[in-house]
Amino acid sequence: MSNSNLPVSPHLQIYRLPLTALLSITHRLTGIFLALGSVLLIWILAAAAQGAEAYAALIPHFQAWYGQIFLLGFLFSLYLHFCNGIRHLFWDVGYGFELETVDLTAKIAIAVALVLTVATWLTGGAG
Amino acid sequence: MAEFTLPANSIVKQGQLFKAAEGVTNIKRFIVYRYDPATGENPHTDTYEVDMDSCGPMVLDGLLKIKDEMDSSLSLRRSCREGICGSCSMNIDGSNTLACTQSIGTIKGDVKVYPLPHQPVVKDLVSDLTNFYAQYASVEPWMKTDTATPPDRERLQSREDREKLDGLYECILCACCSTSCPSYWWNSDRYLGPAALLNAYRWIVDSRDEATGERLDELEDPFKLYRCHTIMNCTKVCPKGLNPAKAIAATKKLMVQRKI
Repeated sequence: MSNSNLPVSPHLQIYRLPLTALLSITHRLTGIFLALGSVLLIWILAAAAQGAEAYAALIPHFQAWYGQIFLLGFLFSLYLHFCNGIRHLFWDVGYGFELETVDLTAKIAIAVALVLTVATWLTGGAG
Repeated sequence: MAEFTLPANSIVKQGQLFKAAEGVTNIKRFIVYRYDPATGENPHTDTYEVDMDSCGPMVLDGLLKIKDEMDSSLSLRRSCREGICGSCSMNIDGSNTLACTQSIGTIKGDVKVYPLPHQPVVKDLVSDLTNFYAQYASVEPWMKTDTATPPDRERLQSREDREKLDGLYECILCACCSTSCPSYWWNSDRYLGPAALLNAYRWIVDSRDEATGERLDELEDPFKLYRCHTIMNCTKVCPKGLNPAKAIAATKKLMVQRKI
């Protein structure tokens, strides 16, 4: 750009991001978290493959507070990424672009992800 | 690479307060971004106490009242004052819109006014839109044909084909959409942005245009088109109620359809 000496006007600093934009960046962040978190899941699988002792050594970590926070975060990330991913699939085929629709589906995605997270947490025996 | 913070010369400082005259009771505070290239100083925000009893209803009325009565050094673009020219696009209350169609009354608290986000600032609320216009020109927004024009009439179009241009041709190139898009903030050198892409689609779907394939070829690029991640800020802010996100999705869909 020819005007590199001119100041850049404020952007993230002043912009009031709507719900749709916040969900968009959250979608990306949960995607990154899921990719990193799946390394830990592989760790569990590898331990289980090694035998009962190696697996038993892991259990306390996942019962500790940091393990629980990770599991709950991973679960919510998984469901939010999944629900919002369905929105993206509809967008890919050209549906759901009206302003009322994008706001409604954003709220639905968040609500369903919360419900699924709580339901899994309470019934899945993770806690 | 995306830079989420402002460079040192762009950090906004606190400016001065322009108080209302004695006895004025109905005050709305306008906090306005200021930058003067002549001083070489960083941008700052000045605060103006505007007398709402003698001010028109729109943000543009407030800004012009400031310029006329309180501080003549304030620079901004404006022309039609009725939402058709697209000159007074700026960031008001955290969102991009036209100052002339944004009412002051619906803004809670102070009226914060900044130039369009993540653009080079020429002075105050005037940003440099050279890149934005160049991107618009790059989609070659005119009819391209191989066949000869009929000698006795215009190139005709069915009513249905004409309706496909509704919601596209109304774009006034105010740049509210493109400069609201985080993808455009980080990649405006390579991503065309919602305004240029909506206009590209306006010609892609025009039944009279005969360069559809070449137009799609031109957009088949990791950045020009595909940096759109359906963040939806563009459609949220369009002061003409257009839907650039939908036009971009339709373009992406055509890219796939022509391959199968």
